[in-house]
Amino acid sequence: MNMSTGAGLAERAARVAAVAEAHADDVDAKGRFPKEAVDAMRAERLLSIQISPGLGGEGASISDIAELCSLIGQACAASAMVFAMHQIKASSLVSHGEDADWHRAFMRRISDEQLLLASATTEGGIGGNLRNSICAIAVEGDRCRLEKDATVISYGAYADAILITSRSHPDAASTDQVMTVFTRDQYTLERTHVWDTLGMRGTCSDGYLFKGEAPATQILPKPFAEIAAQSMLATSHLLWSAVWYGIAVNAVARAQAFVRAAARRSPGQTPPGALRLAEASSLLQMLKSNVVEGLREFEAAKADPDRLSSMGFAVAMNNLKIGSSETILTIINHAMLICGIMGYKNGTPFSLGRHLRDAHSAQLMISNDRILGNTSNLLLVHKQDTSLVG
Amino acid sequence: MKQKIRELLAKHGGLPVAVDQVADNADLYAAGMSSFASVQIMLAIEEAFDLEFPDSLLNRKSFQSIDAIAKTVEGLTGSAEAAE
Repeated sequence: MNMSTGAGLAERAARVAAVAEAHADDVDAKGRFPKEAVDAMRAERLLSIQISPGLGGEGASISDIAELCSLIGQACAASAMVFAMHQIKASSLVSHGEDADWHRAFMRRISDEQLLLASATTEGGIGGNLRNSICAIAVEGDRCRLEKDATVISYGAYADAILITSRSHPDAASTDQVMTVFTRDQYTLERTHVWDTLGMRGTCSDGYLFKGEAPATQILPKPFAEIAAQSMLATSHLLWSAVWYGIAVNAVARAQAFVRAAARRSPGQTPPGALRLAEASSLLQMLKSNVVEGLREFEAAKADPDRLSSMGFAVAMNNLKIGSSETILTIINHAMLICGIMGYKNGTPFSLGRHLRDAHSAQLMISNDRILGNTSNLLLVHKQDTSLVG
Repeated sequence: MKQKIRELLAKHGGLPVAVDQVADNADLYAAGMSSFASVQIMLAIEEAFDLEFPDSLLNRKSFQSIDAIAKTVEGLTGSAEAAE
């Protein structure tokens, strides 16, 4: 990606962010889908940026996309999370569907029609482990059929297509999974759970009973184990972290505005919040380094499937997720201490309630305890990287 | 060696099927080996063959099948005859 394209992307994302910001409080208060922001993403053709130019996209890198997640996240975390989740699904297609005719044609459709992709990996009864499925896809002749008790499908009701996991056939082991694309006209959703939550309210992550039927060619040709290891888990942790960074950046910006306003009112005196702001600035820098290093690792590993499926890479991505999801809460709490009641109250220029509530989802989107458990297992054999610059 | 690997798989692999029904070249992950179990297998192999896997070999491919595990271990012990 050259600089001029990158700059163009940032300008387009800034226009989306302005729309997202204007509706962020309403989206949050009503727990409604951020339609205006997603329409703006379509208008700016941001939904196809990751797809290769040959299929109508722009071949944007993961770092480009992370920057956009952060930019939109500074305005409205729910809009940014919808954008991030769409891009995570797009990465599965870009990384694992380039060789399949149907998926290539579908990527062209995403570019032409700016289709919004959703994900259905969670299932009732699997205890949150997306690398297990109970439901199985049934292939008969050239058709496939799937029914899934999907306890969470973020913006499922608003998506143009859903990428959904299942066992690869009715006799397959629970970890022998595939991922299939179903377009809106090929499935029905019956709502089973309502998303009424503390934060990230605009993602509208309701639960549904999914029933779909489609040509069997829509099953992605690679095992889901590979898709998860090589694109989905890493891009999830990277792009989520970018959204969270955006929330934290905006919280610190509000806190800094508060401190500067106080400093201007009383020249010669350092405002009481100034020291906390310095601490928050340091934490923010650490968070940024964490995300940037994760992006660098992914860019370096992405051409090498062995590296992508290595333990060292899994540990690095797990650590990224743990680090960023925990640090944002500390940062936003600092911002709250700085802004005081003006931060605690809704409807002020320094309000931080939405930031804090949205940020609390970070530890739970794939539970940090599960991730730490996974890392602790890997560290029984994987030796910690001892290099500094690598 | 493959017999020994099969013994360790039976004990630590947590496979939903009997190990003698798994072919040497079958994908163990597809057969139901979890990430947790794969680490337990690695530890058991390190102990049984008195070796240590370098980080460069700690990837999915090295432990994908009984054949792959045998090859990984052979590469470390340098003893082709041990594979018999």
